[in-house]
Amino acid sequence: MLRYILRRLLYMTPILFGVSLVIFLILHLVPGDPARLVAGLDATQEDVKIVRSSLGLDRPLPVQYLSWLGSLLHGDLGRSARTHRPVTQELRLTFPATVELTLSATVVAVLIGVAAGTIAAVRRNSVFDYTSMVVALLGVCTPSFWLGLMLMLVFAVKLDLLPTTGRGGLENLVLPAVTLGAGAAAIIARVTRSSMLEVLGMDYIRTAHAKGLAARAVVLRHAVKNALIPVITVIGLEFGYLLAGAVVTETVFAYPGVGWLLVEAIGFRDYPVIQGALLLLALQFALVNLVVDILYAFVDPRISYG
Amino acid sequence: MDRDQASQHQTGKDRTTVDPLAVVSGFARESRSLWSDARSRLLRNPVAMAGGAVSILLIVVAIAAPYIAPYDPIHQDLANSLAGLSMKHLAGTDVHGRDIFSRIIYGTRISLQIGFLGMLLGCVVGVILGLISGYYGGWWDTIIMRLMDVQLAFPGLLVAICIIAIIGPGLENVIVAVGIFSVPLFARVTRGQVLSLKEQEFIVAARMMGAQDGRIMLNHLLPNAVAPLLVLCTLRIATAILTAATLSFLGLGAQPPTPEWGAMLSDGRAYLAIAPHVATIPGLAILITVLSFNLLGDGLRDALDPRLRV
Repeated sequence: MLRYILRRLLYMTPILFGVSLVIFLILHLVPGDPARLVAGLDATQEDVKIVRSSLGLDRPLPVQYLSWLGSLLHGDLGRSARTHRPVTQELRLTFPATVELTLSATVVAVLIGVAAGTIAAVRRNSVFDYTSMVVALLGVCTPSFWLGLMLMLVFAVKLDLLPTTGRGGLENLVLPAVTLGAGAAAIIARVTRSSMLEVLGMDYIRTAHAKGLAARAVVLRHAVKNALIPVITVIGLEFGYLLAGAVVTETVFAYPGVGWLLVEAIGFRDYPVIQGALLLLALQFALVNLVVDILYAFVDPRISYG
Repeated sequence: MDRDQASQHQTGKDRTTVDPLAVVSGFARESRSLWSDARSRLLRNPVAMAGGAVSILLIVVAIAAPYIAPYDPIHQDLANSLAGLSMKHLAGTDVHGRDIFSRIIYGTRISLQIGFLGMLLGCVVGVILGLISGYYGGWWDTIIMRLMDVQLAFPGLLVAICIIAIIGPGLENVIVAVGIFSVPLFARVTRGQVLSLKEQEFIVAARMMGAQDGRIMLNHLLPNAVAPLLVLCTLRIATAILTAATLSFLGLGAQPPTPEWGAMLSDGRAYLAIAPHVATIPGLAILITVLSFNLLGDGLRDALDPRLRV
């Protein structure tokens, strides 16, 4: 098992290197002088000169990359060109909000997805089955920013039940979490349904029925356990995609997370913040995938760690 | 010629397998090509046909936009700002008094253009990389597929945003961004097809006859990879349209006054309380378009190869 984890970590290294290289190069691929980009649009000629020498932008690219990587490992991501605060501080302020949103969206997606998928499979070809699968199909195709606005329109503007924007208590989290989780819920529901259908057709389920177990017990105690194995992978994958989706949801609800920070930074061409936010999101995505793979090996003993 | 050849190879492979029972009873099933088999399967799938019909309608609307739009999509009429739905303005007007129905029609043009061009860019680059990777193998394969892995390791939207951060916002750049993020999928599917085909007799025969590598790849391997690529193309159009609208919504794509659906929706946010139709209608347009291309793609997949899962 330990070997499997180590191998998985090793496999991640080149990917992380690739990502760090791409993010480092953002600054150099953008047309224009990188020193001016870092210093900000309102910087004077003097500022630009100072930035250029302090960041070593006059040195060869490979040297720059290594020193950038070095300061990265020391937790130094430079300063925002707009607020002049350290990028790490900007990220520390916004990151908890994104984690909170992504986690609650995952909870929403899993609860709705697993429940709907299970019921649809058990009552195959019923009205519930058809309705939930049509809704799931729509859920995959609906732009999340539109869904967010529609939920806002109904629950915040018309019914005045929930706040429209911002971050605060639980009531601020409901609409963003549902918006973000809806697409994932749709996918989880579809996977749960097909996995449940497969399991329900197996011999041991027939045996359980035959020995007189209540239908409820057969489904909840015997079927769900095995049907959820493929669902776990999907949940893990979706959790990663929710991180990217958070960029959109946070913008819709003016929810101050990393995604919102990223979009703002692109608008102001604040490159140190763009690099930091992208790096954080990418790192988080890679880590989530790693954790999912390891969890999966724990859950399903049939997976070899060799 | 491509198509005939493709179907012939496919027929040679598995489509003419004659039902043994039918032979015994003296009624060998008439051999049909992959494409006519697929066509009849597709025609029997009402959901896919509906998706296809709406897709075609959207393409017609996109082409004929200047003839069917009742108003100029960027003409402002401030006296008529935020008007509701009426016979004069079927979908109402936005804050600048522009006719939303006309803007939606022109928006079809923009969205389909981005969808097709973005998909095409990803397809051409991805197919070339996939052909090289699968045909030559070795170092080429390792380098290309590792690069694809790095990109696939991250959500497409994040990759697109990263690209926009480099090349800057704008409609053309969105096409490049959605194109680039489609490349790895096309490369993978093409490579997989090439790997399963390249040791077959007809390829070996072509090589024996002295065909050059480029000719083998383009004339013999590619036509046989068309079926899964066609499915992927259709599904990627839907993804490209959705991603492009998302980028425009975030302010990273189309800039005002371009009648792009995502950007229109973004404009409507401020008037959600007083004129909800401004934000609602473009969203419906995106939903219908993405849904219809997805349904068509799913139907094509089931028709061409029920085992295939892209």
